[in-house]
Amino acid sequence: MSVTVSPKRLRREFVKKVKELSGQNLQLCYQCGMCTGNCPAAANMDISPRRIIELARLGLEEEIAGSKTVWACASCLACTVNCPRGFDLSKVMEAIRLLTLRRNIDHMRPEDISPKQRCELPQIAMVSGLRKFTG
Amino acid sequence: MSLAYYPGCTLKTKARNLEEPAVASMEALGFNLDELPRWNCCGAVYSLADDDLIHQVAPVRNLIRAKEQGKNELVTLCAFCFNTLKRANLLMKDNAEKRDTLNSFMNEEIDYSGEVKVVHLLEVLRDDIGWGALAEKVKLPLRELKAAPYYGCTLLRPREVAIDNVEDPTILREFLKALGASPVDFPESTRCCGSYQVISSPDDIAEYARPILNSALRHGAEALVLTCPLCDYNLGRAQKELMKKQSGFKEMPLFYFTQLLALALGLGPQVCHFELNHGSPESLLKEKDLLSQSRSVQPIGG
Repeated sequence: MSVTVSPKRLRREFVKKVKELSGQNLQLCYQCGMCTGNCPAAANMDISPRRIIELARLGLEEEIAGSKTVWACASCLACTVNCPRGFDLSKVMEAIRLLTLRRNIDHMRPEDISPKQRCELPQIAMVSGLRKFTG
Repeated sequence: MSLAYYPGCTLKTKARNLEEPAVASMEALGFNLDELPRWNCCGAVYSLADDDLIHQVAPVRNLIRAKEQGKNELVTLCAFCFNTLKRANLLMKDNAEKRDTLNSFMNEEIDYSGEVKVVHLLEVLRDDIGWGALAEKVKLPLRELKAAPYYGCTLLRPREVAIDNVEDPTILREFLKALGASPVDFPESTRCCGSYQVISSPDDIAEYARPILNSALRHGAEALVLTCPLCDYNLGRAQKELMKKQSGFKEMPLFYFTQLLALALGLGPQVCHFELNHGSPESLLKEKDLLSQSRSVQPIGG
């Protein structure tokens, strides 16, 4: 995937919001890729966790918004505990999800869960999933 | 001795086979798990956004219930609840500004500042009872049961709430040894099972589980030992799918650690609710002669 960076495309407001919601200093990351290497969901992502950080700090909101990466994240925190820079990527993933959810754009509808699955799922799955995927 | 105890929603319905053997076992060990009055859902996941305080209200209310009881410790059993409550507690302890906002928002409640310590039942077994003392109480050693500890995520991550070493946890291994079982270590024991992804991408769960289950089998496990109801659901579901997809895939029984505890303490299979388990645990237990209550009691050596 090639990305064109120009002052016109940068969304400084987006960078500011991500920093504010996540409490993370995006400049800490030195792009070593430990997050991607340890991510059990990386195979389901179109943009790797490492690249998400790079795109976020460049303010490339459109690339991130069109990607399924943050929705494939299971918040398992394997990235967080393995980061040599003490950067908490799970909080950045959450911040990016919330920037979409808070515009009333849900990732899924509760009614999309089949009735059979609804009966089978443990409550913690329903509560946690709907917290992550709906606003 | 009475311990303040927070069960959480799942343990009262889908995971009764996690809770009931725990309550019975702790009683046999001289502890009463005293359920908090008026507990509410903890919210299942800790809110990761810095500006989101409203989702801290639910876990903090439960901590306030414990403080009202005059307790300085709150025992949890569900791995999700443990993580959410412990992280919310750290927030109340360490962040004065957010603590003040939350306390003033809940002005009908007493003020709270992280006084209650949130612990997991495994920590009580390790730190308050001790593996040696637990081994002495074992009436039915789980001899020859090759069980692989599977930790999942929320008991170990993030670092500040971990009940054990994040990279190389041993707490379940030591627990199983105390019960007389043969623990089987495998490198994927802390790899995520897919968690809540099951509600939006159920078809992906088998691929999350495949490396975990294959690795445990390769290392000689006959069963997995779990602490989390969502791991249980995802791995149980994935095994059924992998039996169809992967030729020669062998389904393993999935146990909660509390079921093995109750069994080893001689409390019998009834309290364990094996009918709620995945992977037909009873045939393995029969094979190991662990279901017959009349089997002679042997002390654990060493």
